[in-house]
Amino acid sequence: MLRFIIYRILQAIPVLLVVISATFILIRMAPGGPFDAEKAVSPYVLEKLNERYNLNAPLPEQLFDYISGIIKGDFGPSFKFPTRSVTEMIATGLPITFELAFYAMLVALLIGITAGLVAAIRPNTAQDYVPMSVAMIGICMPSFLMGPILVLIFGIWLEWLPVSGWGYSAGDKILPAITLGSTYAAYIARLTRGGMLEVLSQDYIRTARAKGLPTRTIIFKHALKGGLLPVVSFLGPAIAGLLSGSFVVETIFQIPGLGRFYVQAAFNRDYTMIMGTTIFFSMLIIFFNLISDIIAAYLNPRIKLGGEG
Amino acid sequence: MSSLDPSGEQGRSLWQDAIARLGQNRLAMLGLYLLAFMVIIALLTPWIAPYSYETQQLDLGAIAPNARHWFGTDTFGRDLLTRIMYGGRVSLAVGFIATAVALVIGVLWGAVAGYIGGRTDAVMMRIVDILYALPFMIFIILLMVVFGRSILLLFLAIGCVEWLTMARIVRGQVLALKQQEFIEAAVVIGLSHWQIIYRHIIPNILGPIIVYITLTIPSVMLLEAFLSFLGLGIQPPQSSWGLLISYGVETMEEYPWLLLFPGLVLSITLFALNFLGDGLRDALDPKASKD
Amino acid sequence: MLTSLRCVFIITLLSLLTAACGPMDNNVDTGTAGQILHLGNGSEPPSLDPHLSTAVNSSNIISTLLEGLVTPNPKTLEPEAGAAISWDISADLRTYTFHLNPDGHWSNGEPVEASDFVYAWHRLLMPELAAEYSYQLFVLENAEAFYKGDITDFNQVGVKAIDRLTLQVRLKAPTPYFLSLLSHASTFPVHPETVAAYGDIDDPGNLWTRAGNFVGNGPFILTEWALNRIVRVEKNSHYWDADTVALEEIRFYPIDNLGTEERMFRSKTLHLTVGVPEEKIARYAKDKPELINISPYLGTYFYRFNVNKAPFDDSRVRRALSMSIDRQQIVDAVTKGGQIPTYNLTPANTLGYTAKAAIPFDIPAARQLMAEAGYPQGKGFPVVELLYNTSEGHRKIAIAIQQMWKLALGVEIRLFNQDWKAFLETEKNGDFAIARGGWIGDYVDPNTFLDMFVSNGGNNRTGWSNQKYDQLIQQAGRTAGTDQRFEQFQQAEKILIDDSPIIPIYTYTAIYLKSTDVKGWYNNVLNAHPIKYVYLQRDD
Repeated sequence: MLRFIIYRILQAIPVLLVVISATFILIRMAPGGPFDAEKAVSPYVLEKLNERYNLNAPLPEQLFDYISGIIKGDFGPSFKFPTRSVTEMIATGLPITFELAFYAMLVALLIGITAGLVAAIRPNTAQDYVPMSVAMIGICMPSFLMGPILVLIFGIWLEWLPVSGWGYSAGDKILPAITLGSTYAAYIARLTRGGMLEVLSQDYIRTARAKGLPTRTIIFKHALKGGLLPVVSFLGPAIAGLLSGSFVVETIFQIPGLGRFYVQAAFNRDYTMIMGTTIFFSMLIIFFNLISDIIAAYLNPRIKLGGEG
Repeated sequence: MSSLDPSGEQGRSLWQDAIARLGQNRLAMLGLYLLAFMVIIALLTPWIAPYSYETQQLDLGAIAPNARHWFGTDTFGRDLLTRIMYGGRVSLAVGFIATAVALVIGVLWGAVAGYIGGRTDAVMMRIVDILYALPFMIFIILLMVVFGRSILLLFLAIGCVEWLTMARIVRGQVLALKQQEFIEAAVVIGLSHWQIIYRHIIPNILGPIIVYITLTIPSVMLLEAFLSFLGLGIQPPQSSWGLLISYGVETMEEYPWLLLFPGLVLSITLFALNFLGDGLRDALDPKASKD
Repeated sequence: MLTSLRCVFIITLLSLLTAACGPMDNNVDTGTAGQILHLGNGSEPPSLDPHLSTAVNSSNIISTLLEGLVTPNPKTLEPEAGAAISWDISADLRTYTFHLNPDGHWSNGEPVEASDFVYAWHRLLMPELAAEYSYQLFVLENAEAFYKGDITDFNQVGVKAIDRLTLQVRLKAPTPYFLSLLSHASTFPVHPETVAAYGDIDDPGNLWTRAGNFVGNGPFILTEWALNRIVRVEKNSHYWDADTVALEEIRFYPIDNLGTEERMFRSKTLHLTVGVPEEKIARYAKDKPELINISPYLGTYFYRFNVNKAPFDDSRVRRALSMSIDRQQIVDAVTKGGQIPTYNLTPANTLGYTAKAAIPFDIPAARQLMAEAGYPQGKGFPVVELLYNTSEGHRKIAIAIQQMWKLALGVEIRLFNQDWKAFLETEKNGDFAIARGGWIGDYVDPNTFLDMFVSNGGNNRTGWSNQKYDQLIQQAGRTAGTDQRFEQFQQAEKILIDDSPIIPIYTYTAIYLKSTDVKGWYNNVLNAHPIKYVYLQRDD
């Protein structure tokens, strides 16, 4: 196991290098530069700015300088927010996005697994259709729709919860967490149901049933582990998606998280900020995919952790 | 176990079985009929649409559903029913084509990686990691520049993004399956790898794949709306269900029907899709016949 | 595993819910009681350095922290005493002598001196700082030459501290709008020692603008600047006119999304917004007119043609397209924000100037022009693209106009949108047929609009060039008499409208929501609201 983890961490280095180089080149190929503005910037000023931010040097040289900077822990200043360093911006936004993603994941797992289980126990009955239909609504309701609707109901009509903010007032974290979590809850519910049905039809479960074990024991002791396998494969990408995709929810609820920075940076062509957030998100993706592979192995001892070969 | 039998006849009867079982699942058949209805409407739209999708009546503006406009009109005074019908053409096409692209790439990639395992698996999955990590927004902005404004490109772009998760899920399933006795037995019998993948692996992972397809289609339709909004994809006055919904959200308090009807149509389609998906999953389950 | 997860969840949910069950205070009630103004401020301000800020959201904050030589009257925008208590203008209208307020102090208690302005203007014009708004001071003698590096001695530039409290400015030509430039953030003073203490004078990353470091001479001091969350300023007791200032604190919230902002306003989280979602305008105007503000704004919404590319190299085609847009219907049915349809570039009554030239709304004549140009009923007209930057509002206008052209002239226009930066690049490269444009005046004078279309001007972008037009604009820049100057602008604008490299569509309005508690807040064409006059009071 340890060997596998070390091996995967070593694999992460070339992955990161490819991501860095590819992103570095891609963003410079994208039309429009960081200093384009409605009121035209004179060529003279542009020249000065490019000089200051080392944008005149040949691309390989820029990339080399950038990577040497990262190794020293220097991600450079943001182009759009000149007094902020990329490190500072990530350090402000990331904890908030993490917290949001954590609550959202709790919501998603809890609602999703419960609904999926309930549905799988009696497939093709009302006990199946009702939770699955609710889950479908969750999928049909993207967060840009779910968020405003929840705010209207609980924030403006009922006045139970704050309509915006993060940590300003009590309860302002509830609506964002539910909004972000609900889509994933729906996914998890469906994957759980599918996985459970798959497992419940396997020989060893039938054997257990034949032995007369109670349903509860069969489900929780024997079936659940295997049944959650598709959910676990999905979790890695889902958590990464929660983190990088929190942008819509952060915008709707005015939350100062990293997702907003990430999207703003892309639209502002804030090169250093795009690089910084991309590197961060790719590390998170690699990390969570690794975790999800490890959990999958734990849930299904028949999977050998590959990679030594 | 029937799936162990290497002869082709068993495979055929498996499919025949599946179709028969599907036919008995009333909900699944309802889903199938509803979907067929949507597709037929979409195909016939240019001939049966009550109004033109682009002709505006600015003085009229958004009016609630009435006898002339069953679904009401949008803020430009355009008939909403007509726009939903035309939007369905785009959404259904994007949903099916982009998902098919994602499906083919994702299943092949994941199955091969999981089946071969070892170093190949490591390399293939790290490539997936890399693609996950690239900034999506920049990717989209670049696609627009490099390829211009074609709708086909939109399908490809979406398919190219959506296959990643599919590949991970399939690989996880294949890894688990590979260790099972009947696959090991198939190897002992001397089946070729392709035969094993085609005859034993794929049918056994169909369940999760179908579930994931039913999840991918709606997310693809919504992604299309987002990309179209950014300028990659369809351009006004054309529309799609996703776009109609996202514009509907902005006016949901003033003109609720602009959200309600596109939302309903999309939901019905997705429900139908899911009923059919679940039915298919059950019908194709290689072990289900024994129950 | 499931049960333990469930426990965690239930505990979390319960604790959140119990916390939420307290009474919900709202910002508007508590703010009004404590003179704390809560306002939406668009997106995160990129910089609070007056010399580097280019965005409205930045200058909204900066003008609470720093004060220029003059401040605009909140109603008329007439220059009034700011850091300068009075000023003399020489007979040739080229020398301004400002007498600084002897009571003027920085927020650290030090006096504001004439040399601080010289320092600040020197900094703005430094080529090394590469400030985008340096051109605001190009009306000074030798300022442009210094900025371009042609001269390196700043003493040759037309600004001098005569003594501690006297500042003399020498202009290169009489400039009737010079005083109004002085209420623009880029001309504000900075505290030299503070700038020097936190970095190099020409370093845009200089940390002097951070909360705690910032030293200003304005009515407020910066107490918090949390990224994407809030900017908080509190009353500055060292401000010379502190007695007039009623507000104790202002909180600026960066809110990217108008829908979010409107919901925050409705739940009484904000006193003021920067905008209103379009579909909500009519609703507010009808149900709650006391909450919505709609007032003329010094800006024009227009489309640019690329005059170098067929079919728009033919002015008849350009005129035909411009003549067949029903602008009244666009503002009534599409934008719905009380915008004023416009048939020329400069907004009406800009410092008393209203252009006489106007493009008519005349579809039969437009059809005639198209036929003359070889496209009767649109036959043979190529499919061209209308480019706009991604935004709901631009999209709607484009859809309406696309349809108007189709019906009136039989031409097919394809719409195409790009994100803002890509749009700017496409436009700069001339890779478009028709592109959306908009211009907000930097100061109240026709020059800020008409100057845009001189040959090869950085903001022209149409490829249009007319020698006579260039001459007229240049002459007007040197003319002292208002009547004569306006006559030159009239002639220039006529050339522009006759040749139609642009399609003027409407004059902007400032549209925002304002709580009835906000007092001392007036409408003006620059949408500028000197904050020291603002106070909060609830009507009974």
